[in-house]
Formats: sequence, C-alpha cells, structure tokens
Amino acid sequence: MRVHDDAPVTASHAISPDLSAYARQVRGSYRMLLRRRAGILAVIALCIVASVVLDFCLGPSGLSVDALIRTLLHPHDVSAGQSVIVWQIRLPYALMAVCVGAALGLAGAEMQTVLANPLASPFTLGVSAAAAFGASLAIILQWRLPGVPDAWVVSADAFVFAIGSVLLLDMVSRRRNAGTGTVVLFGIALVFAFHALVSLLQFVANEDALQDLVFWTMGSLTRATWPKLGLLAAACVVVAPLSFRAAWKLTVLRMGEERAASLGVDVPRVRRGALLRVSILSALAVSFVGTIGFVGLVAPHIARRLLGEDHRFYLPGSMFVGALVMSLSSVAARNIMPGVVIPTGIVTALVGIPFFLAIVLRRQGLS
Amino acid sequence: MMNGLFAEHVTVRYGQRTVLDDLTVGPFPTGKVSALLGPNGSGKSTLLRALAGLGEATGQVMLGSDVLSRMSLAQRTRRCLYLPQTLPATVHLQVLESLLAAQNATGALPGITGGDEIDAALRMLDIFGIADLAMRYMDELSGGQRQLVGLAQALGRHPDALLLDEPLSALDLHHQFAVMDVLRRETERRNIVTVMVLHDLNIAVRMTDYDVILRDGKIIAAGSPHDVITPDTLRQTYDIVARVETCSRGLPHIMVDGLG
Repeated sequence: MRVHDDAPVTASHAISPDLSAYARQVRGSYRMLLRRRAGILAVIALCIVASVVLDFCLGPSGLSVDALIRTLLHPHDVSAGQSVIVWQIRLPYALMAVCVGAALGLAGAEMQTVLANPLASPFTLGVSAAAAFGASLAIILQWRLPGVPDAWVVSADAFVFAIGSVLLLDMVSRRRNAGTGTVVLFGIALVFAFHALVSLLQFVANEDALQDLVFWTMGSLTRATWPKLGLLAAACVVVAPLSFRAAWKLTVLRMGEERAASLGVDVPRVRRGALLRVSILSALAVSFVGTIGFVGLVAPHIARRLLGEDHRFYLPGSMFVGALVMSLSSVAARNIMPGVVIPTGIVTALVGIPFFLAIVLRRQGLS
Repeated sequence: MMNGLFAEHVTVRYGQRTVLDDLTVGPFPTGKVSALLGPNGSGKSTLLRALAGLGEATGQVMLGSDVLSRMSLAQRTRRCLYLPQTLPATVHLQVLESLLAAQNATGALPGITGGDEIDAALRMLDIFGIADLAMRYMDELSGGQRQLVGLAQALGRHPDALLLDEPLSALDLHHQFAVMDVLRRETERRNIVTVMVLHDLNIAVRMTDYDVILRDGKIIAAGSPHDVITPDTLRQTYDIVARVETCSRGLPHIMVDGLG
C-alpha cells in the first residue's frame, strides 16, 4: 500500500513548465469565448429584428417593408386604414410577442437556476394555471376587482392569481428545510389544483363564457394593446438589470446550494429576489396574453446550450431566445392558415418543440 | 490571546434533535493541518458548518482575536471558508469560469482585477495539477477532477481558515497524497488554519498535526495524532479493535483486527 511508501509525491502532473505561456493561451481563448458569446447574442438580436419585420409585413393584408416604414415615419401621409392596421394591430402584436417572449425567457431562466430544476418554468410550476383560474373567474363568474376598467378585468384577475401563486411558491421556499425539490413539487400541486378549479368553473359555465375561456387559455397575442405592451416592456426594463446584477451569484448557485452558501452567497435571499422578479414578469406576461408557457421552459435550455451557464450571458440569452421563439411563433400563427390567426399558445409549442428537441437530442449525441 | 480557530459553547439543533450540545473545541492551530475524525453521523460536518457560520448555531467562533460569529455571512465566508462534501455540480460551465464565478460570488476580491483574475485562477488550478483542464467544461470532468476544481475554487478565495469536508473522498491514491501535500504546503506558506474531515486514519496519523475525534457530538480526544489515535480511542469511537503499529520505516500505521 502507498501508505507505507515514503517516496516523495509531487502535486503536479500534466502542467506545462511555462505557466505564463499557457496563461496567455488561456486568456486568449477565454477572450475568444466571450467574444463568441457576445456574437451569438448579437445574431439572436438580429434574428429578432428580422422576425419582427417579417411579422409586420406578412399577414392577411400584405404590407411591404417600404409601406411599413412610411406608415411609421409619416402616419398622416398614408390611408387611415393602413395606419390603423400598422399602429393598432401589427405593431402592438409584433412587439408584444417580443416582450412576452423576453419576459417568459428570463423568468424561466431564473426559475430553473434558483430551483435547481430543469423542468421549472412559469408554465410547469402553476403560474399559468393560476392566471387561467383568475381569468376564468372574470370570464365565467364576472368576478372583478374594484376599480378595474372593463378592458383590464380579465388581465387583472389573472395577474392577481399568477402573482399569488409565485408568492405561495416563495413562502414554501422560505420555510426552513424546504429544499428545491419541495418547492417544485408544491408548484406541480398548484398546477393540478388550479386546473381542477378551472375545470369546475368550465363545468358550470354557459356556452359563450366557456368558449371565451377556452380561447383565453390557448393564449393569444391579439389581446395586445399599447398600455399593456407599455406596462410589460417597462417591467422588463426595470427587472432585467436587477437579474443581470445577480448574475455571478446565480452562476455560483448552479454549482450547488451548499457550495454557493459557503462562498458567501445568501442563498435564501438570492432565491427570494429571483422569485419576486419571476413573479412580476411571468404574471404580467401570462395575464396579458393567456397561457403561453412553453417559452419559459425551452428558452433557458436553448440559451444554456448556445451560451453556457455564465449567467452574464445565459440570462440575456434566454431573454433573447424567448423573444425570438415568440416572434417566430407569432409569424407562424398568422400565416399557417390563410385568414386565420391560430392562438399563439398552440403555435409556440409547435414552433418551440423542434428547436428544443434538436438541442436536447444533439446534446445527448455529444455526451 | 489565543491563536488559531476555536469555538466555545456551540449548540446546533436540527428540529428536535440536538446534534452538538455546548461543544467547545480548538484552537485549531494556524500554519498546520488539523483533522476531524469520527464515525458517520458523529457531527463532524455539522461542526465544520457551524464554524463556517452556515446553518443555525449558537455559541462563539473566534479566529485569533476576531469574533467570526458576529460577522455578516459574506464577510465571514471570506475569512473562513467551508468546502462542502458534495462535489461541484456538473454544470455547463468551464473550469476557469467556475473559478472566476467563485471569486466574484460576493463581489470582486480585493486586489484582484481583470487579467489578474485569470492568472490567479490558473495558478490555483496549477497548484492542484489541473491547469490543463482550464478550458474544459465541468460536465465533462470526472468526480475526482471536479473535487480538485472545488479545492482550487476554495483556495482561490484566500481565506484565513479553510474547512474541508472530506476533501479526498473522490480522489485516487495518487491524488489523495498530492492534495494532502498541497494543503500542507499552502497552509504553512499562507499561515492559515486548515481543518478537514477525514476517514482515512493512516492519512490523519501521518499527514495532520492536530486531530479531534468526535462521537455523538462529543469530543472523545483532541491533540496530536500520536496522542489522539490510540487503540483505546478507536475502540471508544468506532467500536473496532485496532493496533497502531510501527512500520519498517518507523512510521505509525493503523491496523484494524476486527469489530469491538
């Protein structure tokens, strides 16, 4: 046994004798890596722009890019009809897709990190289901919060329940000894509970209300209005920098909760902060456009494969990927069947799944 | 004034169960490697975590004349770092990035910036002989390699006290000795306190300077390995019949004959 052997043991093997030359090389390739990631983010951003332009131009009444630019720059020089199509329909619709995608992408990314679970997303942990329940209260029982204008009733109810569900998740995560597994299981319990409640309301609903509700739960961007868009965009602008500020802590958290704590990260506090941000983003997004949850699940996975898990890139990456998938879905939703806008929630899953499978399966092939 | 790391009247409860009851331990000397020994569930990890300020514990923890138990978590972990037994997770993160993240977890460490950061990280990896893994992804590494990365992350934060929970668990024989060698050297060079949970009594007796044996949250013995690791204490602690023999080179070696 080696224990008897007193031969000198060296600590090192397989290091180049000239560490500084090697350090230069590593510094170089690390710089390259950072540049490549910045490049990938830039490419996704360009794709988003292209997709938004496509979203403007394609559709029942075709508009050229030229006409679009003219309408945007000189709204008074074009026909009233064209102006309405661009300003009241196309523009909020296309931009809402981007904002919703970004919000859900970021929310999903943070959720997966703080709950240490690749299945975590606003969709899988009950936020969407809670929103749907809120919406069904509004649609079927005409339950409304006092002082909410008519156009906002469904969204407001949905928001209240969505945010409530995340706060519940947060409460569970605050309990002592509540591991991430507990939180995820609790979220799944929420999904089933709210689904059951929605079904109950559907059971007692009249035909018209039932149709409205079913349509709502399919998720649709046609509900986009400027005030809602503005509110969601503002939420993104305020919340995203806060997420990015926590990037290092979240990166360390990925290496294990105990390890993060031992490196001085106040894990419960980081988790609370993240869940609060997640609740605002996902509750707003879901309450405005209905159940579009898939993006929040896949965008983080795609971003992780493309950009790694340095959260300085992963978080914006997931945001961008979410925005791109939503925007492409929005294009598809209006162009798969001529003259029909398919609910975006349906298309999102259909567009997102090929992406998702390609990336997940390719990864298995490599490892 | 006492030197080293010591704790007074430490009590830790998990729910109803009291794991450590009014334990006073130390001082673990500076510049030396200390070991915590004892059977599974004897409170070794709990004690290390209490010393590091993780989890809820009452009592006072001192490092020299500084009261660690009064510091904020971020401050405290910068002085006294606990390395958990679980290996760093298999995340899609490069080894170098994982070290940079560890260095930046509570804001940049003082005196290290930009390019220096990468140099510093590489030096740490080099100490453990894994500089060549810098650009590899954590999810491609073996358990032992990840354990070495974890050690490099810990040393890279330059703590004054390093608390290691079974730092050798995933390592082959060569690396067990290599890591002990590195830890002894760095502990002496930096004049820091290093305390580790060990299961290999032969490594403890040969390569540590101060040992504490725990059983059921109580200290059975504390002192130099020679005084602490005896047939008597081993029977009391592990319920085994063991001898401490002298090998052909005159060094102590523990032989286990059976259960006590």
